[in-house]
Amino acid sequence: MSDNKQKMINVTIDNKTVSVPENTSILEATRSLGVYIPTLCHHEDLCVAGNCRVCLVEVKGSRTLQASCATPVAEGMEIFTNSRLVRTARKHVIELLLSEHRGECLRCSRNGNCELQALANEYRVDEGLFIDIHKEDQPDISSPAIQKDDSKCIRCQRCVRACTELQSVSALCVAHKGADMKITTFWDKALAYVVCTNCGQCVSHCPTGALTEKNYVEDVWDAIYDPTKHVVVQTAPAIRVSIGEEVGLGPGKRVTKKLVTALRRLGFDSVLDTDFTADLTIIEEGNELLQRLTKALRDNEDVALPMITSCSPGWIKFAEHEFNHSLNHLSTCKSPQQMFGPLAKTYYAEKIGVDPKDMVVVSIMPCTAKKFEAARPEMMSSGFRDVDYVLTTRELGLMIRQAGIDFEKLEDGEYDSILGKSTGAGAIFGTTGGVMEAALRTAYEIVTGREIPFDGLKITPVRGLDGIKEATLKIEGTLNKYNFLEGAELRVAIGHGLANARKIMKQVESGESPYHFIEIMACPGGCIGGGGQPIPTTNELRLQRANALYEEDEKMQYRKSHENPEIIEIYEDFLEKPLGHKSHELLHTSYVKREKN
Amino acid sequence: MVMTRDEKLAKINAHQERVNLIFEKIDTLRLMEKVLTLDNNKILEYIKESGLKGRGGAGFPTYLKWKLAADQKSDVKYVICNADEGEPGTFKDRKILEEQAEKVFTGMAICAKVIGASLGYIYLRGEYNFLVPLLVTKMNVFNDDMKKFGFNFTIDLRSGSGAYICGEETALIESMEGYRGEARNKPPYPAEKGYLGKPTVINNVETLVYCTMIVLNEGKKFKNFGTEISTGSKVFSVSGDADVEGIYELELGMTIQEFVDLFGDGDTKAVQVGGASGFCVPRKKFKETIIGFEGVPTGGSMMLFNSSRSMYHILMNYMEFMQEESCGQCTPCRVGCQQLVKGIQAIKHKKRPASYLDELVKLAKTMRVASKCGLGQSVANPFISIVENFREEIIY
Amino acid sequence: MQSSENIVRKAVKKYGKGRENLLPILQMVRKENNYLSEDQLREIATEMDLSAADVYGVATFYSFMDMQPKGKNIIRICKTITCFMKGKDSIVTALEDALGIKMGETTPDRKFSLLEANCIGWCHKGPAMLINDKVYVELTPEKAIQALEEYR
Repeated sequence: MSDNKQKMINVTIDNKTVSVPENTSILEATRSLGVYIPTLCHHEDLCVAGNCRVCLVEVKGSRTLQASCATPVAEGMEIFTNSRLVRTARKHVIELLLSEHRGECLRCSRNGNCELQALANEYRVDEGLFIDIHKEDQPDISSPAIQKDDSKCIRCQRCVRACTELQSVSALCVAHKGADMKITTFWDKALAYVVCTNCGQCVSHCPTGALTEKNYVEDVWDAIYDPTKHVVVQTAPAIRVSIGEEVGLGPGKRVTKKLVTALRRLGFDSVLDTDFTADLTIIEEGNELLQRLTKALRDNEDVALPMITSCSPGWIKFAEHEFNHSLNHLSTCKSPQQMFGPLAKTYYAEKIGVDPKDMVVVSIMPCTAKKFEAARPEMMSSGFRDVDYVLTTRELGLMIRQAGIDFEKLEDGEYDSILGKSTGAGAIFGTTGGVMEAALRTAYEIVTGREIPFDGLKITPVRGLDGIKEATLKIEGTLNKYNFLEGAELRVAIGHGLANARKIMKQVESGESPYHFIEIMACPGGCIGGGGQPIPTTNELRLQRANALYEEDEKMQYRKSHENPEIIEIYEDFLEKPLGHKSHELLHTSYVKREKN
Repeated sequence: MVMTRDEKLAKINAHQERVNLIFEKIDTLRLMEKVLTLDNNKILEYIKESGLKGRGGAGFPTYLKWKLAADQKSDVKYVICNADEGEPGTFKDRKILEEQAEKVFTGMAICAKVIGASLGYIYLRGEYNFLVPLLVTKMNVFNDDMKKFGFNFTIDLRSGSGAYICGEETALIESMEGYRGEARNKPPYPAEKGYLGKPTVINNVETLVYCTMIVLNEGKKFKNFGTEISTGSKVFSVSGDADVEGIYELELGMTIQEFVDLFGDGDTKAVQVGGASGFCVPRKKFKETIIGFEGVPTGGSMMLFNSSRSMYHILMNYMEFMQEESCGQCTPCRVGCQQLVKGIQAIKHKKRPASYLDELVKLAKTMRVASKCGLGQSVANPFISIVENFREEIIY
Repeated sequence: MQSSENIVRKAVKKYGKGRENLLPILQMVRKENNYLSEDQLREIATEMDLSAADVYGVATFYSFMDMQPKGKNIIRICKTITCFMKGKDSIVTALEDALGIKMGETTPDRKFSLLEANCIGWCHKGPAMLINDKVYVELTPEKAIQALEEYR
């Protein structure tokens, strides 16, 4: 119902009267008054659960306390957020959660950033009131990306809701009941053996240390300390606008140059940029798209359209499980991380005179799925494992803190060359719509010889956090080679979050997809909301990080991938041409059919 | 006044004959014929006037449920008969379904007419699967009869699979929709948004039969029984250390003492009213405690214990039941039940001081107000009433 | 396994692919071989377009959805206090002895599984048990053992 006039409801909260729109929850109403009610199972990304019972409030006339997150306001409601009954109940609930939680905070990676710990601190639960009943299960370490420790689980189900609602993956579920109720997978299998995409949204929504990324910090330190190794680091687009949150700066800060200095200070031998291979991806993928369009529209050949981006490894594994009949729609381009690895261990190694067997490639990613991607058996085009270690933004934050670096005071630094220079197009890869925007900037120019007609190159229809975005681009004034495209309307779509990917793919599978080119990123918001990003991640933070990337784009000398001088150089010097022989060997890949269930 | 078993039986039977609503043989077809000519408001008035409250245990006024569902604007509505009788010590619905299925169906059909539903379901607990063939046969006949009347209402049967919580109405809906039987947040209530998101009335088996009888008697008879707050009669399931066990329909409002005089073995030290989620009444409170909503409300489970029984053992049995049957989603119930079980064990084995029992009572009080649904909220009933009345038995 | 596939398909065909039919489908498939296998759950998920984990989560919620191979006949003895008061333990002992297994186990010939259940609704006639869907009440050790004979 689209009733413009929203009905207002009057309630009193702790004796203060407030008027809020109908259907507001008590929790929202209290926050609008500046009253803070703690929550655990509540997360703005997810549907309301009302199961942790931390946010209970007293409502006059009600026999029981009400979960403020799950109870809508009603006219005349008198709400008490801090009565004796509420405080006692809340403390009991926290005590109960602590009794089933293995509270080894000192040994936990979420120490200092744990919602349960914060509540325990707030309520001063110094002595365990109840009997310790936490389960003694060993953590599940089967996955190269995600670690699951049930002994720290408080069963808030945020992970399950993230996995199901945001991602429609449903690798995680709630199973059994009563005292045996737990968060698990199909048939209690280890994470490595189920349909998990390694996207890490469960990790980023977990309030405690029950779900964490697999940590490779010590391995990276070992490599750095090893004098026989040349350690190369690459930095993903999205981390330059989020690492600040890990090192005490506010959200949405662009810190690219300080990041470079920090990495050098940590001891990396070459500090290079995934943004460079993002630009390279655009060249390869853009040409692949034009090749497919040529075959389809000019030569009437049978070719899979729409073509879909392949930068997001969570999305790739999802497609391999769920849509394994449509894998031919995926671009064969490797992700920027995996284009970087083999180039580092071939071209770059030769350039700097390092034996590739002595080179260690580390990537800093906003992503947990990248850990899995790097470990895929086919990712050995250099003759070695192309990318040796993948650290999340959070793990890099840890290393910087361990090294005692005062990030804010760092001087600016510049990336090494070659594989260090990038464009604004590469930078915006880190947000939903960014790959599409970068690709259109280049493809349009290849086809027409002119810059894409958007003010300041800002292709606004593909920006923003809408789950599925669409745009149509009329192609006019084509160059001779592409005159078959004259007057054509290029239809594109962008989806982020795998639940949206599923919707898009259902259309593709049924043959009803109206698009030519689709960008899909596994995580809500794209990489700026990735499973390896600072916790918490909310829509407000996603927007701040995305805006910082767009700012970065605008400040760059070059804003179109094909204008990147190092890209031009690497084709002249090594790759020869897009989709050429070397490209196929190093930069393209194929996909694996996996079981749906 | 000590009676022989025969004397007790004679008295009980006389009482039952006087009430005789649930098991009275009636012509349900003739009633349905009449019902279809009645104005819905008239039917609602009968139900309202009767003061009937749900007989499953929670005691929500039936009239309000029906009215709320009737007021909803929706083309599709449902009537569900809650036959997930799982409360320990309750077995009356089984007998009602066995002997009076037509009256249950008729109650559903009356409700369907009033609220505007064309589909009804019986959610039968898996433990009663042996009733399925009988019910299906009778159901098919009933459905045909409705068709002959030109009344668009069909009943179907769904089975549970061993989950006590599914007796909670929103958990029942989740189960029917193919999910784990986890209670929902309320509001919205099922009468607004129930099965498949449509307005749904869920009534207990016995409640539906009373509805049938109330409409049959045009609102009379039923309200002649009971008290002002607890009108009417109720079917009781009597078990334990009792001279007379079984299923009996009695007026509400009698005291536990009167009840024990009729059914007890002469040495009753406690009566658990309402099963594992109900209240324990000790001997010293028999006289002052009324069976009904003003005293101890009950879904009908009456378990009698004589002085040879260990109240610790009884309490453990209830708590282990709750620990197992909690759906596990909300913290107070999932962890609270485990803490109560472990806590009384620890006190018994001298691993925690007796004073820890006071902490557990406080915890139970929190569970009563903090749990998401009736299951977790009611754990406090047996726990507090047994601990407070039999503290020594629990500790030593 | 050809046969198990058939059971799943038969069940899905009978009840339909809608989510609300999941319980009846699980019940029917379980009834065929007295438990739900990993493969069957997977097949149900695939047939109904649900995730396997989701189906597993639902199945494990219900006590009667046995997920381990069970005997052809499942004995469920009521463990509620009233049945206990009337000698449930002696029935369990008698059955354990007669079957040569412990509570929770299945006989080597896969004819019987012995389980406990929460209240099965025969408190006035305890001790009570179910063998499959059939009820046995007012049990004595002798009557319990005799009941087994119907299934030997």
